[in-house]
Amino acid sequence: MSIIQTKNLTKIYKTGVVETVALSDVSFQINEGEFVAIMGPSGSGKSTLMHILGALDKPTSGEYILDGERVEKLSDDKLADIRNRKIGFIFQAYNLLPRTTSLKNVMLPMVYAGVPREERAERAKKFLGMVGLGDRMDHTSNQISGGQQQRVAIARALVLSPSILLADEPTGNIASVQAEEIMAIFQKLNDEGHTIVMITHEPDIAEHAKRVIHLRDGKIFDDSHQHQKRISN
Amino acid sequence: MMELREIILEGLGTLTLNKTRTGLAILGIVIGIGSVITLLSLGQATQKSIQDQIQSLGANLLTVQPGAIRQGGVMGAMGGRTTLTLDDAKAILSSSEVTTIKTVSPEVEKRMQVTTGKSNSNVEIVGVTPQYAEVHKIEISSGSFITQRDVDSMTRVAVLGPTTVTNLFGEGANPVSQTIRINGKTFTIVGVTVAKGGSGFMSQDDRIYVPLYTAQKQLFGISYLNSIAIEANSPEVMTEAQNQVGYLLLARHNLSDPTKADFSIMSQQDILDTASSTTKTFTTLLSGIAAISLLVGGIGIMNIMLVTVTERTREIGLRKALGAKKKIIITQFLTEAIILTFIGGAVGVILGIFASYLYSRLTSSVFAVSFGSILLASVVSVCIGVLFGWYPANKASNLQPIEALRYE
Repeated sequence: MSIIQTKNLTKIYKTGVVETVALSDVSFQINEGEFVAIMGPSGSGKSTLMHILGALDKPTSGEYILDGERVEKLSDDKLADIRNRKIGFIFQAYNLLPRTTSLKNVMLPMVYAGVPREERAERAKKFLGMVGLGDRMDHTSNQISGGQQQRVAIARALVLSPSILLADEPTGNIASVQAEEIMAIFQKLNDEGHTIVMITHEPDIAEHAKRVIHLRDGKIFDDSHQHQKRISN
Repeated sequence: MMELREIILEGLGTLTLNKTRTGLAILGIVIGIGSVITLLSLGQATQKSIQDQIQSLGANLLTVQPGAIRQGGVMGAMGGRTTLTLDDAKAILSSSEVTTIKTVSPEVEKRMQVTTGKSNSNVEIVGVTPQYAEVHKIEISSGSFITQRDVDSMTRVAVLGPTTVTNLFGEGANPVSQTIRINGKTFTIVGVTVAKGGSGFMSQDDRIYVPLYTAQKQLFGISYLNSIAIEANSPEVMTEAQNQVGYLLLARHNLSDPTKADFSIMSQQDILDTASSTTKTFTTLLSGIAAISLLVGGIGIMNIMLVTVTERTREIGLRKALGAKKKIIITQFLTEAIILTFIGGAVGVILGIFASYLYSRLTSSVFAVSFGSILLASVVSVCIGVLFGWYPANKASNLQPIEALRYE
């Protein structure tokens, strides 16, 4: 079953009279349970694709169907709703609220989803435990390491059981030992059935995925399944 | 949806992160609301004390003064401030055409230097007849008032107001039968009046009463009167009395045209109205200035909120990326602005009340704070929060999530 389907996605940025084509005619499909890495050099359009997939931006033309819903035509508030319910974001810069505890950070999406207050803390604790931060719940984001912050972000992304996890260079700011830990979590989540789409420019990180889509100049250059590099822990 | 309680708690949390900035933003509103409350209260207190004072002078009182009050023109008969005479006063009392009056009190007054053995003071000296006490509701606390014999035989006796006694002889002294020197002439004190309250130019307590002729001939060297106070039979006949006296005096001064009158007759109500309208203008003016400071405070809030929005661009982007809708972002920032102005308003009200209380204590005047002005201030401060918080909040809510997340 396909979770993500794009048809001829095109994104053109206009600055004055100059038009820059960031994406042109990108069509692909991602099925439930896949672990896809999107690779490409800078300027290849991978960030643009990520923003469109994450409902943070709208394509200039083309279709984007996420979990059976046409996304590209929705209003800002509807898009916010889609991001809230269907997408779990993991950013390169973690993007946790500063001076706020891990627990509160993980609770934030549930606040916007209207989850009853009593339930929020309970669920947040469960997911923080899952990423191995059960003992760091009351630490604020500036009191924990980069790897730990990214794990808080993963817990936050998972807490509303989204259809898809979107990770934008998730290990870009993290030391390699901790990066392996993050990838181990990703593989575990994928084994449990989570669909993951991850952007990276590091080949050894992309090796952890089952499928790699290469972008170049806003077009799909290569799309192939690979033998996944497993991490045992 | 988020509950309001949560939004408020979160807003308070954010505001405590930068206490100095929050404090300074609030200060603008505190000063604005505080000064509005203080000035409104002072205006009200002044109004009330003027009213009380004028009422205590007697509601049936008419005052005739030389010189006409003309609006939009030149004051008539300026050089003729001497036009009012004792004969006028006698005529008013005895005329068969003036039927609505009870008593007439001819008066002269002038500030003069008064000395005792050890102290000296500049006091309003009033030359009176015994009728003065009746017309102006003066009561005597010790000794007696000026008698007709004192007036007729031009004795040098004096009746002192309680404030004057305190100033010259010290608190609680009984000066009766002691002597004072007014403009170098020795007077024997025969009485002290009961305090009437009030302060400033309206005070009746800082005065020295001497017999009319004594004042005219021995102190001031004049033969005319400064004013004639008339007590009408009742408050209802005031207008009639005013007219009767007016026509009599016009006839006596050989004037046919009432608009050229060389005197004016004012009732207590007239004085009250004039005084009230003066304080009202004053209060309005000062409140206007205070309102401007409130406006400046509001702009301060807007400025701080705009800075906050810019500083928290990434946070706003993140919140939107995680599913916050426009309305939630607006509510969040608007709530912060309202919290600022509400706290500012509350502190301002307390400070304003305190300041007016302090003022009333220092000047021993009436302390009046209207519930209305407090309510108004609270509503206004919240409105300022909404008004000046709206633009920054709306700006925040319109940020595009990717743009905001990219913001460094």
